[in-house]
Amino acid sequence: MNAAILGKKIGMTSIFTEDGLQIPCTVILAGPCPVTQVKTMDNDGYAAVQIGYDEVSEKALNKPEMGHLKKAGVSPMRTLKEFRGLEKELNIGDQLTVEQFTIGDKVRVSGTGKGRGFQGVVKRHHFRGVGMATHGQSDRQRHPGSIGSSSYPSRVYKGIRMAGQMGNKRVSVRNIEVVDVMPDKNILFVKGGIPGCNNSLVEIIKL
Amino acid sequence: MNTMTLIDSLAKERAIEARKQKDGENFVEIPSFKSGDTVNVAVRVVEGEKERIQNYKGIVISRRGCGINQTFTVRKISNGVGVERIFPLYSPMLQSIEVLREGSVRRAKLYYLRGMSERKIRQKITK
Repeated sequence: MNAAILGKKIGMTSIFTEDGLQIPCTVILAGPCPVTQVKTMDNDGYAAVQIGYDEVSEKALNKPEMGHLKKAGVSPMRTLKEFRGLEKELNIGDQLTVEQFTIGDKVRVSGTGKGRGFQGVVKRHHFRGVGMATHGQSDRQRHPGSIGSSSYPSRVYKGIRMAGQMGNKRVSVRNIEVVDVMPDKNILFVKGGIPGCNNSLVEIIKL
Repeated sequence: MNTMTLIDSLAKERAIEARKQKDGENFVEIPSFKSGDTVNVAVRVVEGEKERIQNYKGIVISRRGCGINQTFTVRKISNGVGVERIFPLYSPMLQSIEVLREGSVRRAKLYYLRGMSERKIRQKITK
């Protein structure tokens, strides 16, 4: 990993290549992210770099948070995130911008996927439902069917796919291509979709 | 700025910039045109290494989409066979769009022209 940045998903659009192909892509408003803390093996037991994103007013933070940022000499930030394994040596106060990325880079984008609420097995696990619509069957079209046998094992195995909360958890998309970079506007274009709704926070890591 | 308009303007800016770079002095802006207009679309055709311009003349029967994703459909009768081509409005493969004759129609989508003879079509789209 040799580049990382935090950003906000803005929305989707498409971009034309020179030979006329239309590529669907997502626009991300990313950075600039100041380094707020550098964790070292000696001091913290592991090496990592903490970066901030999304400037806010001082009122939005509490005193300990403000103190932490003041120590680093960084303006108030809504989000702080740690990254491990960055190849480049960074110091407190360094700015990470979209200039780390170039067109054609492969990146991993992680974020919180859209929440779907409590969903049944058909939507959540692509089950096909049970039975037919006719021949006396009723209320069986979106059911999970059997969840195991009876006297042996007399219980339901762990991990059986059932209805439940769907989405609203961390999702990563790996190996997607950077299609365009606009350093003056802090904007990245990546090919295809990325997790989350518009205006949600995403991490972008160069592979 | 509204985020959707921001994205759109960025993408459009990029598409137009690409065409400007390709054409230099010959760059032609996209004119305003609507369904019913007769247009000439200059399309770049790449044959191996060489690139040439192919003209495609016909009646605009539909415009759809918004922003960078806008497309328009041009219909013409070629050797007695109806041909329809759909062009992305901001495609770099279009060299120019020229409005030859403005039409006068009362629909946005002129799919009803499909079954008609050339003479009937002419009657329909002129004032």
